[in-house]
Amino acid sequence: MATPAEKREPFEPRLTAFVCNWCTYTGADLAGTSRLQMSPNVRIIRLPCTGRIDPLFVIKAFERGADGVIVSGCHPADCHYTSGNYHARRRFAVLKEILEFVGFDPARVTFSWVSASEGQKWREVVNEATERVRGLGPFDAYRNLAARQR
Amino acid sequence: MNELRELARKLLGEGTVKVVIGWEEGPRGVRPAFVTDAAAADRLVFDHRCVHNLACYLALRRRHVARLGRPAVVAKGCDARAVAGLIREAQLKREDVVVIGVRCGGVIADPASREPLTAETVAARCPGCQDREAHLADHLVGEPRPAPPGNGARDARVAALAAMTAGERWAFWTGEFARCVRCHACREICPLCYCERCVADKTQPQWIESSPHGRANLAWHVIHTLHLAGRCVDCGECERACPVDIPLSLLNRRAAQVVEQRFGHRPTDDPAVAAPIGTFRLDDAQEFIL
Repeated sequence: MATPAEKREPFEPRLTAFVCNWCTYTGADLAGTSRLQMSPNVRIIRLPCTGRIDPLFVIKAFERGADGVIVSGCHPADCHYTSGNYHARRRFAVLKEILEFVGFDPARVTFSWVSASEGQKWREVVNEATERVRGLGPFDAYRNLAARQR
Repeated sequence: MNELRELARKLLGEGTVKVVIGWEEGPRGVRPAFVTDAAAADRLVFDHRCVHNLACYLALRRRHVARLGRPAVVAKGCDARAVAGLIREAQLKREDVVVIGVRCGGVIADPASREPLTAETVAARCPGCQDREAHLADHLVGEPRPAPPGNGARDARVAALAAMTAGERWAFWTGEFARCVRCHACREICPLCYCERCVADKTQPQWIESSPHGRANLAWHVIHTLHLAGRCVDCGECERACPVDIPLSLLNRRAAQVVEQRFGHRPTDDPAVAAPIGTFRLDDAQEFIL
């Protein structure tokens, strides 16, 4: 049963961030210890490297109710494992194009490089991604897929 | 055709190979054939109805084929790219297979059809094909054939989809995927889906839900496309095998376009050319990354 519009809570987007341990996670940690105020809508999942981020993770995040996804890791040439982010960059390029080709709004998936010293940049990435997703509204189109009977 | 039969007879007779994987006449058009006896080599045919990509029988998981012994495989240009893919990815040793290249002039969409090859009946991938002969071949048989009829209708469909709004594309693909019954025929027939255990079959954790509803179907088809990106040889078998006619080759074609535009890679039957995913260049474009 639909909730009347005036009783509904205002939409707060839920974003999942897949970040690498060495740069973006440390950068996000820096943002926190620097007491930077930022949007609280992002849940961070820490992985060893962007090379560990399988496109399945992004799909799974949407399946489990994310309205948007952020993928972030070390800048090129800074990878702790020397080349994980270069491999990831190619995979992300194809992932992004295929998601768009099946009808995802590109604003739902944000890719960024954030180094361990870029707490400020992480705040901007988080705030901007949250606002973009807020503008798009909840990803009901995805959640309704499972309900639709063949 | 006689040249093909002669060669098969010779290879089987002298014991170079134990089985020739080719095509034969069946009750419903042309079908794959496994010829193990030199005397039966006359069963083999090759014409515009020989659609099937026989390279799928070379993957390790086809144990019933492997048990027959050393194979020779009859390969069109696209099939040879699949053989090269298996060699490139260490699923097959080059010396363990004899590749009999056939000069292809395009194939028909439906192998059971009795129609001639025209712009209407030609398989969607054939018009404009650059590699109609297998460069990988040990033996190349048959007369050169004219280029396939038709033009790039499929690329026009991909372009038309790409020109739609995101919402229209979403409606199109979720509508197509809604018919999917998750029979995984697209995977079973794919020459490069050789994993002993597919991620779609894993249950702990279950990355891709197995029931055929819209959410699971979207996950399966997106992941299947991504796993084939830069590897797909554009043989079109997934789409032909699909019992509910989902236009899977549009997805794979789009991925191939992305891979070509961004990484300059085209499917090739040279096993020494590295796959684009799994390698990288320091200066790969990254305009989409903040």
